[in-house]
Amino acid sequence: MIDFPPGLLLILGALPVPFLRGWLRGIWMLALPVAAFALLYSLPDGNHFQIAAFGQELELLRVDALSRVFGYVFIIAIFLGVIYSLHVRAVEEHVSGLIYAGAAIGAVFVGDLVSLFVYWELTAIASVFLILARRTPEALAASMRYLIIQVGSGVLLLAGLIVRWHETGSIEFGHIGIDGAGGVLILLAFGIKAAFPLLHNWLQDAYPQATPTGTVLLSAFTTKLAIYALARGYAGTEELIWIGVTMTAFPIFFAVIENDLRKVLAYSLNNQLGFMVVGVGIGTELALNGAAAHAFTHIIYKSLLFMSMGAVLHRVGTTLATELGGLYKTMPFTTVFCIIGGASISAFPLFSGFVSKSMILSAAAHEGYYFTWLVLLFASAGVFHHSGIKIPFFAFFAHDSGKRPKEAPLNMLIAMGLASILCIGIGVWPSALYAILPFEVDFVPYTDSHVLSQVQLLFFSALAFTVLMRTGLYPPELRCTNLDTDWLYRRVGRAVLRNITKTAGAIQARFYGAVNRRGQRFLVQLYRHHGPHGVLARTWPTGSMVLWVALLLFAYLFLYFIDIF
Amino acid sequence: MTDHPETEVPMAAPDERPRWLDSKANVTKVAWALYIVCAIAVLFDFVIHRHGDTGFDETFGFYAAYGFVGSVLLVLVARHILRRIVMRPEDYYDD
Repeated sequence: MIDFPPGLLLILGALPVPFLRGWLRGIWMLALPVAAFALLYSLPDGNHFQIAAFGQELELLRVDALSRVFGYVFIIAIFLGVIYSLHVRAVEEHVSGLIYAGAAIGAVFVGDLVSLFVYWELTAIASVFLILARRTPEALAASMRYLIIQVGSGVLLLAGLIVRWHETGSIEFGHIGIDGAGGVLILLAFGIKAAFPLLHNWLQDAYPQATPTGTVLLSAFTTKLAIYALARGYAGTEELIWIGVTMTAFPIFFAVIENDLRKVLAYSLNNQLGFMVVGVGIGTELALNGAAAHAFTHIIYKSLLFMSMGAVLHRVGTTLATELGGLYKTMPFTTVFCIIGGASISAFPLFSGFVSKSMILSAAAHEGYYFTWLVLLFASAGVFHHSGIKIPFFAFFAHDSGKRPKEAPLNMLIAMGLASILCIGIGVWPSALYAILPFEVDFVPYTDSHVLSQVQLLFFSALAFTVLMRTGLYPPELRCTNLDTDWLYRRVGRAVLRNITKTAGAIQARFYGAVNRRGQRFLVQLYRHHGPHGVLARTWPTGSMVLWVALLLFAYLFLYFIDIF
Repeated sequence: MTDHPETEVPMAAPDERPRWLDSKANVTKVAWALYIVCAIAVLFDFVIHRHGDTGFDETFGFYAAYGFVGSVLLVLVARHILRRIVMRPEDYYDD
């Protein structure tokens, strides 16, 4: 087969989509990921596609074990995403979805930072249309915040790569590290897209605002591209362990009190990224394998969970927990698929999350990061709590909302079914996944000890939920807004801007006021002295003139006589 | 956050047949099943010898206790501390 970048295949393949109609469009869009998969499968490792530009080699197709794992799962994600969105008529969603996926896949296979930058920005620009397509004022506002932050990440990447180019004379995308200023800037750029703590909130802000189908694609690519980039450039950077640990822990608290179930999923997505960042930070072969494997399984089960909530949004028009409940009665398939996704993200034995997350936990324990290990264990219990239980429970069970929506459309069910098969398949037969990981795998997930530990952890987490529910201690779902770091720019930033405009306006008004008053006073004085009634403009009668002259002469005479005597 | 779905969402018919889970007694049965499974899971600690990396995770009932206490703390902290700090009315950001 020809050596052609699979990402570019999807991007170019998206261009004729607006001119195709009906089933022809569907077949074309399904054929693209299949072709990309076959292309990638046929490509041997190595550099296949180079362009010389400004004295540097741009490497557009570098295939190795790490990029291959992410390439495969990205192609699976777009394939499932296309099936899931076949019913959508709006063409801009299809085109931007394919370009977005193509850009993410393209980015995984580049070998230099300049090409990475181009694809990095393309993912930002293409994906924003998935949010805009919702066509609500909230979505418009959120999409603009999203775009500014995403493009900002690209600008940091560009700045970092220029500094690094200057420092090292190379734009190669290999291990970067944080020794130079360029490396720090690039890490910051990756960190925004990977939703590091305090840089994370674009995710929870924008993803729940996208269309039902758009969020499924968004959840797959941007953040995992960042994980890939971190694994490539910063493996073994110990600071990442602390960043990752923080990421696993704090979003789950927000997830517990959040009412919008798609936002709950966005918080748990953030938590899952934390596990991968910890894996990259530990940097051993087992840990990096764990990070890559977890990205792979995560993309599929997270898509599945967002698909199930997308189906609810599509049929009911909302994903607010306060408006849902009892949907299992009329959406049984969606319910089962959602539970499979929940079991996978919670890392139940025989589901995909178990075989990948346990690698990261084992790596942390092996290397003696006991505190990290304890937090990851806590986060594992927590993720079961809000993704494994809260999502299916409040949407499909809980108190009956009385709503009886239709089951999800057939194409959505097929996509969810395929994703479910993958979740269980990887969980039961992990060897296929382990075979494509970057390093040789010497890890057995299914030992008595592992399985028992995980089962105890999860069942007692479920026990906690049950006890809290039945004693009324579980926080009731409330319609509310929960502040996060977006408060800084949506409230404080806005207030500061408003104050600046107000103060500047006041100063301006005072300056012009003062100028005006002075000018007016001058005019009034001028008028008083020189105006029609002014002293200097009066006409004097001749008689009074003579009288004044006589008086002056008299005074002169008088003074003269005084002087004589 | 609320879209208009393609069609109006159908509501439950007044004569709808109640499901198994609609009965409170059956929900209690599910809860009891979970309690029993949890008890069995802990008892397995006697059967299976754990070979942990950390040392302290070989303690009897460690994972069970950690899972339970961790989850309860998570929920209570989120409810009583985090909500107090970050919760605002739904239209907080609207102008």
